[in-house]
Amino acid sequence: MAQTQGSYYLPNPSHWPIVGSIGLFSMVFGAANWLHGQSFGPIIFGVGALIMAYMLFGWFGKVIGENQAGLYNKQVDRSFRWGMGWFIFSEVVFFGAFFAALFYARISVLPWLSGTWDLGQMTHYLLWPNFQEAWPLIHNPDPNQFAAPKHVMGAWGLATINTLILLVSGLTITWAHWGLYKNNRKQLVMGLFLTVALGVIFLCFQAYEYIHAYEHMGLKLSSGIYGTTFFMLTGFHGMHVTIGTIMLITILIRSIKGHFTPTNHFAFEGVAWYWHFVDVVWLFLYIFVYWL
Amino acid sequence: MAEVITHETEHHHYEPGHEKTLGAKIARWVFTTNHKDIGTLYLWLSFLMFFVAGGMALLIRTELFMPGARFISPEFFNQMTTMHGLIMVFGVVMPALTGLANWQIPLMIGAPDMALPRLNNWSFWLLPFAFLLLISTFFIEGPAPNFGWTFYAPLSTQYGPPSTDFMIFAIHLMGLSSIMGAINIIATIINMRAPGMSYMKMPVFAWSWFITAFLLLGIMPVLAGCVTMMLTDRHFGTSFFNAAGGGDPLLFQHLFWFFGHPEVYVLILPAFGIISEILPTFSRKKIFGYRFMVYAIVVIAVLSYVVWAHHMFTTGIPLASELFFMYATMIIAVPTGVKVFNWTATMFKGSLSFETPMLFAIGFLFMFTFGGFSGLMLAIVPADVQYQDSYFVVAHFHYVLMSGSVYAIMAAIYYWLPKWCGYMYCEKLGKWHFWLTTLGMNITFFVMHFLGLAGMPRRIPDYPLQFEDFNRIATIGAFILGFSQLIFLYNVIKTIRGKNRVKASAEVWEGHHGLEWTVASPAPYHTFSTPPKID
Repeated sequence: MAQTQGSYYLPNPSHWPIVGSIGLFSMVFGAANWLHGQSFGPIIFGVGALIMAYMLFGWFGKVIGENQAGLYNKQVDRSFRWGMGWFIFSEVVFFGAFFAALFYARISVLPWLSGTWDLGQMTHYLLWPNFQEAWPLIHNPDPNQFAAPKHVMGAWGLATINTLILLVSGLTITWAHWGLYKNNRKQLVMGLFLTVALGVIFLCFQAYEYIHAYEHMGLKLSSGIYGTTFFMLTGFHGMHVTIGTIMLITILIRSIKGHFTPTNHFAFEGVAWYWHFVDVVWLFLYIFVYWL
Repeated sequence: MAEVITHETEHHHYEPGHEKTLGAKIARWVFTTNHKDIGTLYLWLSFLMFFVAGGMALLIRTELFMPGARFISPEFFNQMTTMHGLIMVFGVVMPALTGLANWQIPLMIGAPDMALPRLNNWSFWLLPFAFLLLISTFFIEGPAPNFGWTFYAPLSTQYGPPSTDFMIFAIHLMGLSSIMGAINIIATIINMRAPGMSYMKMPVFAWSWFITAFLLLGIMPVLAGCVTMMLTDRHFGTSFFNAAGGGDPLLFQHLFWFFGHPEVYVLILPAFGIISEILPTFSRKKIFGYRFMVYAIVVIAVLSYVVWAHHMFTTGIPLASELFFMYATMIIAVPTGVKVFNWTATMFKGSLSFETPMLFAIGFLFMFTFGGFSGLMLAIVPADVQYQDSYFVVAHFHYVLMSGSVYAIMAAIYYWLPKWCGYMYCEKLGKWHFWLTTLGMNITFFVMHFLGLAGMPRRIPDYPLQFEDFNRIATIGAFILGFSQLIFLYNVIKTIRGKNRVKASAEVWEGHHGLEWTVASPAPYHTFSTPPKID
């Protein structure tokens, strides 16, 4: 139940949302035209991205300033917490859509196309009678349209190292959190720094893996459903790790500047939740994309 | 940051009304963080889009006035059916309901504003840009999206026009807006209720939006994922929806309807909430079975996640799935039946009066229930094989959407408009609006049941001669329905400008109930800065 302690902070009119709308609109408008081969597409997209970056700096800067000025009571803090929590929930659902595509392809589509499930026998017979299901799929139903990969991505090399890196980063951020509770700024900054470093190493390994997949394994986004689900799932995860790392760098800088107290550090916790979410998504990826 | 620090703990609340220049007047609406302003913006956007998409409907009906007509080309006809559907769902019903949520939820639960006011502004101001992008597809090279509002793959992937990409990005923006709006509503209801306003004291409208917000969070990201897959299939060589690479066009339908079916409950649950506010007021009784009204909404929302494949009965999904989805769908009739029963019981032995909001609410009760019954017919697998993709489906979903959601929205606007602007609307015009709309609505859509049962497919610009009579009737009805909305627009504008000269009291309605009637009419710019006392 809501308990009011002092009045709830109501912000005055703000220009940041409309700046964000203009930025996002420019980004998607530019991207669509870019896809259609218009030369102005990438320019508008880039301008939009810059406007978005400006908006994020300005908007978060404003919120941080208001918080430092002590304008937020406990109730405002709770609003932020609920907001962040349900935002992460919506991100989980977004990944759910891509996992659903993976499971649907493996459990339903491939058996249907290969005729091993009686429901798909006619499809199999009429479309690609030679197709046989397998996972990872290295013989696509129509190899002329979708060239299959030469090799599949193993689970026991880089992927395992990356799993360990993310698991350790989950520990370092918790260690930083303990430091914050004890008001031990050195431990806080050190823990955050290690977490950022681990995030960056993860991203470097991931980039190396992608280059290796494209150049030496023939595994591409266009390699049929295996390459499709591999790159889209790990790609969106990598994008979220990138966002998470930027968020971590932000709170690292804020920690160095002396922000956060043992009782008032929602931004830290929000980022930590986000980082754990990225971590858990990776575990699912490791199991269902790399391993099984 | 300096200007913030000077205010320390007590800061100055912004009040509008001192803007002198046009720029300042526009800036007030663009920069606003006030839930009432933002609610008004949502409602006006919805109103504008209502006429845009309604105009498209009239073009569709004109083309169908007689067989062999070439009033518009078949290609353009397809674009009209697509855009009419997309705009009505995303641009009319959803913004109108969100606008009502913005206006009413803080007033109903005794909160000073929405929990995250700046985010609230962004949720709205993404929408005009999204619709700019969507409507711009008419003006770029090639046709606008022309594959129906459900944009099935491969029609929208391998065979979609270039404009499809603009539609995809427009849907991304709308989805973002909906997700942020839903987060805000959840945070508001969990965290901003006045002391003493326990969950089971909350008005049913607030409850209905609370549940709806969770539905939105569970489905909009799936839609975002689905259109992202479309985009990568179209441009980056992925094969999500292409069997040649091991994907499946049916995957698109699964993802789309996993979004799409809860989405129709997003469109109707807040409408249930509205009706649950209005019927008690004009029956001068408390709502019958409050707890069961709340539980029913929760049950409907949960079930709505497990019925999506009833849209796919004829696609060749396994028999076991068909049976599961048939029974799951029919079970929804139970909580919906509870609601209809309780609404009826609310009116039973009440001292009824029939002002315009009540007329629309009763119209809703009859016609939504009717649309619910045709929905049950569609849920039966062997029967659905006959009805699938026919005008029977069109008749069904217009009964639940037009005379369901839209009627509830109109009822809500008549019901709360006096509170918002301080003047009574013109009752006579309101009654004309109701009766003409109801007449037009039934003339248009009732005959479509017969057309569908006789075998007329939906989404075609031409038809065999035997369907001519009913199509003519439907077109005449559509024009009555469409033009009677001008009465509504006129009445609303006249009321806002105070031309009726009838000031509304704070209570407005004799049988009023709830916190929103304890503040003055028009509601002051800032309400409940100190939380009200709830007993």
